[in-house]
Amino acid sequence: MDAAALASRGYTRTAVALHWTVAGLVITLLAMGWIMTDMSASPTKLQIVTWHKWGGITVLALFFARTLWRLTHPVPPSLPGPLWQQRAANLVHASLYVLLLVQPLSGWLYSSAAGRQVVYLNLIPLPNLIGRNPAAGALFKELHDTCGTLLAALVAVHILAALKHHFVDRDDTLRRMLGWRAP
Amino acid sequence: MLGSVVAVALAAATLAAGQPSAAQAIKAQQSTLVASFRQQAVTVDAPFKRFDGSIQYDPAHAGDTRATLHVDTTSLDIGDEDSDAEVRGVAWLDSAHYPMATFESTRITPRDAQHFDATGNLTIKGRTRPVTMIVSVAPAARGYVYDGSFELSRRDFGIGDPQWDSVLDDRVLVRFHLL
Repeated sequence: MDAAALASRGYTRTAVALHWTVAGLVITLLAMGWIMTDMSASPTKLQIVTWHKWGGITVLALFFARTLWRLTHPVPPSLPGPLWQQRAANLVHASLYVLLLVQPLSGWLYSSAAGRQVVYLNLIPLPNLIGRNPAAGALFKELHDTCGTLLAALVAVHILAALKHHFVDRDDTLRRMLGWRAP
Repeated sequence: MLGSVVAVALAAATLAAGQPSAAQAIKAQQSTLVASFRQQAVTVDAPFKRFDGSIQYDPAHAGDTRATLHVDTTSLDIGDEDSDAEVRGVAWLDSAHYPMATFESTRITPRDAQHFDATGNLTIKGRTRPVTMIVSVAPAARGYVYDGSFELSRRDFGIGDPQWDSVLDDRVLVRFHLL
């Protein structure tokens, strides 16, 4: 199979499903994080924070599932384009993967340090990663805030670049992640 | 003068007997007092940072034990400043009007050499309710160490905004380790 055929072959259905599930979760979680941090203590805030934690743990689990899938099912090479764009795309993709690991972990660490165990879906008590520690809690909160902002920025760049490929370059970059070309 | 001589002599006598009947002042730094509550499925342990009191205990006359505890209601540490501020508010502990919660023992019934039943009056937010608990006692480096726990109902003391009742249990477990 030549490079062009390989590139247009697209992603596996599983990879596409994982991508869009994580995309939906991440955008929802960023919005929740944005809103809830400005709320004062209330049952509604507690509910949103609880859902945010469950969503984050789901993203963490999906990170491992996705990484495992990607390692065993290589992604198609990127479509032809300027070298700087290929490099920028690789950098953004790699950074997104790193943040999809760091962001849930820093949130989990923050919750642990604040003395709040995460009970996933109110069913599965997850272990506290560290003991209650206000100083560490403040540090992980800072990390979680910063990485959240960074993640939001990278998601925006990722979306804008995909739209640029679709509407300006008119290539298959977005289309193949929509699964239309998936085998 | 004579009085202090007698007091010193008495203190020396009790020390010699190895059983200080004088009240043991509670050392907050070494002690813990924790309110444990459930938010949905999550149990949160919130320690009180400031409290004082005294326990007068003599194993030979355990029934005469007297215990008093004063707790600074502003010192409850839930884990984040936002919640700490909320719980000091009027709907919760109303610390501005009721800065102290107190426990005053009324009846001590020995069970065995290491345990007694303690009944006393618990006053929070100006409301006094009787509570009973099992206390275990063990000798410590100086004096004794007391461990125990009891449950209280937030509603009994008017603690909490009803809008929280769907996500926060009414029962609060209070655990103590006092010396």
